[in-house]
Amino acid sequence: MSLALRVIPCLDVNAGRVVKGVNFENLRDAGDPVELAHRYDAEGADEVTFLDVSASTEGRATTLEIVARTAEEVFVPLTVGGGVRSTDDVDALLRAGADKVGINTAAIARPELIAEVAHRFGSQVLVLSVDARRTPDGVSTPSGYEVTTHGGRRGTGIDALDWVSRAQDAGVGEILLNSIDADGTTAGFDLEMLTDVRARVRVPLIASGGAGTAEHFVEAARTGADALLAASVFHYGTLTIGDVKDHLREAGFEVR
Amino acid sequence: MSAPAPTVVVLDYGSGNVRSAVRALERVGAQVELTADPDAVAAADGLVVPGVGAFAAVMTGLREVGAARMIERRLSGGRPVLGICVGQQVLFSAGVEHGERTEGLDQWPGVVERLDASVVPHMGWSTVTPPTDSVLFEGIADERFYFVHSYAARTAPDYARVTWATHGVEFVAAVENGALSATQFHPEKSGDAGAHLLRNWLATLR
Repeated sequence: MSLALRVIPCLDVNAGRVVKGVNFENLRDAGDPVELAHRYDAEGADEVTFLDVSASTEGRATTLEIVARTAEEVFVPLTVGGGVRSTDDVDALLRAGADKVGINTAAIARPELIAEVAHRFGSQVLVLSVDARRTPDGVSTPSGYEVTTHGGRRGTGIDALDWVSRAQDAGVGEILLNSIDADGTTAGFDLEMLTDVRARVRVPLIASGGAGTAEHFVEAARTGADALLAASVFHYGTLTIGDVKDHLREAGFEVR
Repeated sequence: MSAPAPTVVVLDYGSGNVRSAVRALERVGAQVELTADPDAVAAADGLVVPGVGAFAAVMTGLREVGAARMIERRLSGGRPVLGICVGQQVLFSAGVEHGERTEGLDQWPGVVERLDASVVPHMGWSTVTPPTDSVLFEGIADERFYFVHSYAARTAPDYARVTWATHGVEFVAAVENGALSATQFHPEKSGDAGAHLLRNWLATLR
């Protein structure tokens, strides 16, 4: 192997500002996504991900400006997801300077979007973001995992393993698997689900949800995930990107 | 007195995110223009040919702006050209995607084919093995660079300086052949190592 395991911080951006607390020393403005992207780049982030949580059209337009400013100053790959509904949305983000675009709900509502984006821009720009959980009582899927929308609040009844397989066939370049069960618990990634998804897909797999300690990243890496994404542990300064990479290196994984 | 900044044209033919390439070149001291104007392309100290997406789509875009002739003209005068990502791939004879063959710019023999690896696309930071006389990798031979691709050339001509990388199989990560250079990875997305490589390339411009 010569490929390094990627460690990716994720920032929630609303109308051009980072939401959820970010707790760094010596930051001029903890709410500025560009400054934070810089900070993470300097700490050794292998990519930076923005999740646009803006509810309004104006908010989204502001996010485009933020993407453009980030691309001008940060020279590691930038992925932007959240509210992407059409190939035109993808086009606008790529033109602004995003390298990859995350698609979630819109692909569930209209799966043809995956092939449309892959055909027009290439698979390499397309990250399928999947918010999955174990099926609650009264719902059943063949794998026992279900795709959700609205940040995990709504079930779709779609089998998560079947969904990632179909998405791969349709041309997604990468899968971001976010465990709704693990998200926010800081009790560790959902290793069982990661292992099951890894067995299904041959595109790169990004693990997300549940990171609380550096050891959690090592556990997730052992499932065969290609990249490890986290938000709060980095924002609150519980761990630095460097801490995580040191731990991964000690465990025998290649990191940058 | 410092020398005037080298001028670089980033070829504008509708390829995806080229802003990063422009900015990364500016960051290391180039005066950059994004254009497909033949006179500007001919006059610049250096030409960068970016490329993302499908081989066939990139070739279509390049044909529409007459890129083959622009590149030939520069090379006939020994004027530097740098291809990036699919911009490297199209310099080979042909590309095969989904069983369909597309002719390339044929500056180098060889066919660009799908990578045979357990996980494809090859996405992320990989080490490379440059030749000892590499100019592009001078001072950064041990660094990692950012790759995003599903296809690559597996052979390269003996007369060129070839840098190799491995993802499932060994493939061509960079080629240095006189005035014509190319990288399969994205120097503009490879942080400080990528900036160093671009600086090395700028230093070869007249």
